[in-house]
Formats: sequence, structure tokens, C-alpha cells
Amino acid sequence: MIIGIPRALLYHKYKHLWKSFFKELGIDYILSPDTNKEILRKGSAYSIDESCLSSKIYLGHVEWLLDKCDYILIPRFSDYSRNGTVCPKFLAIYDVVANIFRDRSINLLSYSINPKVTHVEMAAFLKLGKILNKKKSQSLYAYLNAKQVEKKAHLLEITEQERLLQENKLKILVLAHRYNIFDKYIGEPILNILREQETVPIIGDIAPQKEAIANYAQISETLPWVCNRELVGSIPIYKDRVDGIILMSAFPCGPDSLVNEILIRRIKDKPILNLMIDGQEGKAGMETRLESFIDIIRFKKDEQNGRN
Amino acid sequence: MEEIKASYPQLGNYCTPLELLFTEGFDVKYIVPPPITKKTLALGSRYSPDYVCAPFKYHLGNFIETIEAGANTLVQTGGVCRLQYYGELHEQILQDLGYRVNFVNMSKVQDTNPLTFYNGLKEINPQMSLQKIGKILPIVLKMFEYIDEAENFIRKNIGFESNKGAFEKVHADFLGDLRRVRKKKELKNTYRDYMKLFKGIEINKPADPLKVGIIGEYYTIMEPFSNHYLEKELAQMGIVVDRWMNVTNTLIHYPKKQIQKRIKNYAEYPWVATSMATIDRALEFARKGYDGIIHVKSFGCTPEIDAMPILQNISKDYKIPILYFTFDTQTSETGFNTRLEAFYDMIIMRKETKK
Repeated sequence: MIIGIPRALLYHKYKHLWKSFFKELGIDYILSPDTNKEILRKGSAYSIDESCLSSKIYLGHVEWLLDKCDYILIPRFSDYSRNGTVCPKFLAIYDVVANIFRDRSINLLSYSINPKVTHVEMAAFLKLGKILNKKKSQSLYAYLNAKQVEKKAHLLEITEQERLLQENKLKILVLAHRYNIFDKYIGEPILNILREQETVPIIGDIAPQKEAIANYAQISETLPWVCNRELVGSIPIYKDRVDGIILMSAFPCGPDSLVNEILIRRIKDKPILNLMIDGQEGKAGMETRLESFIDIIRFKKDEQNGRN
Repeated sequence: MEEIKASYPQLGNYCTPLELLFTEGFDVKYIVPPPITKKTLALGSRYSPDYVCAPFKYHLGNFIETIEAGANTLVQTGGVCRLQYYGELHEQILQDLGYRVNFVNMSKVQDTNPLTFYNGLKEINPQMSLQKIGKILPIVLKMFEYIDEAENFIRKNIGFESNKGAFEKVHADFLGDLRRVRKKKELKNTYRDYMKLFKGIEINKPADPLKVGIIGEYYTIMEPFSNHYLEKELAQMGIVVDRWMNVTNTLIHYPKKQIQKRIKNYAEYPWVATSMATIDRALEFARKGYDGIIHVKSFGCTPEIDAMPILQNISKDYKIPILYFTFDTQTSETGFNTRLEAFYDMIIMRKETKK
């Protein structure tokens, strides 16, 4: 049996957990490749026009996996937990995929959980193990092991980011959902341009999760979505150590449409660039926008240094 | 102390029971939001982020116009989609524009116990009494239900009235008289009397008229300005219009479990906001052999976008045409009319070939 994992949306958050869990249980899996033009084109063709770019990419990855595996892993995240809600997209994506591809004999493998409630996640993985015909003890061991791998990977990211913060270069905090900024087709090019411009991108979503969650309310009290809470909560952690902030969103992200506006209105002491990605823009246009933003930051910084 | 003049954004004709709740329950003056016009939308759009859903912009326009009409206390509710975050940004934008009002954001007390919720409400008027609210609330809820029942009847018959404008005239009188109601008995009598009047209006309805069901997102489906008066247009084409979505069926008596069970073949997991009801109603209209379904939503409404692949499958499975409308602040009148007319031509032709 082979499980297909779409390299999109929650993959970027849970890749260590999923891969280690399946590996430990001795179950084969395949990953769809990095996002490319063709995946986006196919995903868009299957999508309702107005869907967000990230979900179009997701459908492209699911389509790529059809006929290449026995099951496609599509977890479903439920509405409420003490850490916040999730975008309605994550509640519906399982059924959306099932309906869109119902004529192409698709088998879905799912688990349904509240984000971050540890024991609920564990229960969900034990159930998943049962579907895969594994003993409870095996699944439990695999889950706990995978959880360790996930934790280690997160700590490593944080350490690496702390090192980057020491660099003597212009630093730009990039606030973007993980599935956008770590996507090779829509996110990576932005990070590359920033690096080519001799700046260091600092990724908001890498911030220590607990600390970020504890922080968000300083900036926005009623912010409901856990993904955005983590991003907004990273601002107090990094703000004083960066020179500017980029808000990168995938068109037309519902939560970001409001959250970005709040941030622009409330954060007055750092230059902010609001960058909406629709998957259509050429590299040149993006380069120009980022370059002029960085120029403004450099100019301001020189001005301040001159004054001191 | 300055008199408290409170308001909540417009939604269909619900300002009437809301006025009763605010005046008799919360003991404050209620400012009925000025009717929504192009200016309301222009105001709301100018100060809103571009990609936010249209209801946010309508609400903001409403808030600004009610402040200008004298309101000093504005209320925003919680919700299960982007709506739950509307309030904080509305408050921020109004503050940045220099308006000094008491903004009561009920999102702050979402999902907590009733006492915290009541304390949240008290921000409208610190002097309010639970007793007064308890006394008027059943009447307010009943008024929502009566308005919904009357409007259901109107939608199914207004397209066939012999004298143009007859239904609208009685409807306006009904809403006007409801504003004076304070007692349960008065409410009941007013409703009964007006239902008699509605039923007495002369209509000329064929034995098997065209029937269209309307489904979709909460605000756009219920606020006629935001859907280009879709229901009125359909009625003028001589169509029975059926719409389940209203306050009675969602906020007062929402059959969540039954809906989940009924749509199991299309949606395994429960969804949020109005999408489950959208799917459920589409199924119901399809099974009942309606001639067509119209789905309405504001641009970018995620729950409703996600319902669309399922609607497409229902359309295939039951061979029922579905027309999809997305409304934003720039929807063109011509485009809307052309698509509606084409849909009408199609469903009338299908009906004739069936015969």
C-alpha cells in the first residue's frame, strides 16, 4: 500500500510528523513534487475561480497523486479549540476534494482533529493507525516518535533563525502562512529575491509557537484564527531585531484580508509592505516591488544613522 | 449623561424586532440605519481593505451613516467565519476616521458562559436590566419568526398579483404596525390580521408555475440591496421564489444534526457558517423538482466557495440547473440582468420540453 501526500497546505506544517509516523510504521508514501506551473494550472482548472491560490495549488498536488498511490492523505481540522479556530477551508477541504475528484476513483485517508490539543491529535493518529491495520502499541510508538522528530525540527528552525538574526545585514520579517512562504513556486522566489538584495528574511511562522500564541492579543484581542495568531504573535518576538515587515498573502485569503489591515493600522514603527500573490505575476514585477521597499528601508536607516 | 443612541447594521427588515429589543430590552434609543444606497456602499468600500467580503463594506457604510444620523453606540456581533473578526477592524477604522463612539464588540465574549455574555451586552447600557430583556425577548424572537413567515408567503405569491404593488403596500403597513407592538397579544393579532390581508390579495397563479430556490451566504441572500433585488426580479418574471435561509431557521431553530445527516452523501464532516444549509437546501429543492436554483454569495466567501463543487455534483445528479452569482462592490447591473434572463429562458424551455 502506498499513501500519497500532497506537498501543499498543511504538509508544510506537519511534514515531519506525517513522514516519521508512516516511516516508523513501515508504510510507503509518495510526495507530490514541488509546486510548478503545471501543478498550479491543473489545480486552477479543477478549482472554483474565486478559491484562494493556496487551495488551487493543493488541488493540483492531489491531481498529480491520482493513479500513483492507493490513498491520498487529507486530514481535516475541526473548528474550535482553546488556541483558536482555523480557516473554514480546512474544515471543508476533505469533502471538497472528494466531490471534485469523485469520478476519478479517489481513495482518501483522513484524520480529524483540533489543532494542538495533544491528546486529541494522538487519538486521531491511533485511529489512523487502526485504518492502516497497525496495532495500537505500534501506532502509539510511531506517533510519539514522530512527535519527537517534529519537536526537534522545530527547535532546529528556531536556532537557525536566531543565528540569522545575528547577521550584520538588513533583516526583513516575512509574515506569511507556512504553506505559502515555503511553497517553491509562490514563496521561495520571494525569499530568493530578498537574499539577492543582501537582506536576511526572518520567517514569522518559525517563531516559538507557545510564545507567539501567548503574544498575539497584545496586538489584536479578538483575532480568531490560530494560524494568524502565531504570525501576529511573532511580531513582538522579532520586531525590534528587524528593519521591515512584509505581509505576504495568497489571493484572496479571507483571514489575511482583515488581519493585514489591522497590522498596517496598528504597527507604526516599522515599514510594512503588503504583498498579495496571485500566481500570475512575473518575476520582474515582484523584484521591482521588493527592491523599492528595501531601498526605502535602507534610505530611512541611513537617514537615522546620519542623525545619530 | 448623554442619551444612549444605539444601532446595528441593516439586514433585510430585521431592524423592526431589533428596535424592539434595544428600546424595550436594553432601554436605549435605537437608530434605524438609513436605507442602504449606493452611497452606503461607496462609503464602506472607500475605507475597507480591498479583498474583504462585501458584507464588511456594507456594515462599515451602515455604521458611518448611522453615526451621521445620531448614533453614539454601535454593536457588532460575533460569528463563525470572517464575521467574528469584523468588529475589531470596524472599530479601528472608525476610530482612525475620527469618530468617537462606544463600539460594543460582542466577539470579545463569544463562546463563553451566559453571564460573561450579559456583561458584554451591558456595554451597550450599563443600566440595563435582565428582567426587562427577559420580558421582551420572547416577543422579539416571535417577531422575527412572523416577519419570516410573512415574507415566505410574499415570495411565493408576489409574482402573480393582479394589481401591481399590492403585496408591497400591505408588507410596508405590516412592518409599520409591528413597530408599535409591545405586547405578545398585540403581536399575535397584528400577524393574524396581516396574514389575512396577504392571503386576500388577488393573485393569478398558474397551476404549475416556475419554481426557483435561492441558496447562499447569510448576508447577501438576506439583504436585497446587496443581491440587486434578485427576488424581486424573479417575481417579476412570474416565478415562485423559495428561500429557507432567514433568522428563524438559522439563529432561532437551526436543525444542525438533521442537516448533517441529510447531506452525508456529499459532505462527511460538518462545516461552518451557511455552507451546510446551502447544500441541504439545494438537495431539498432538487428532490422537490424545482425548475432551478440560484446560489448567491459575496466575492471570496470561503464557506460558500467550498460548497460550490458539491452544488455542481447535486446539479449533475438531480439534473437541476444552478445559477451562481457572486456579488462584490462593482457587480455590473447589465451582466447580472443578462445572466438572469438567460437562466430564465433556459428553465422555461426545459419546463416546456418536459410537458
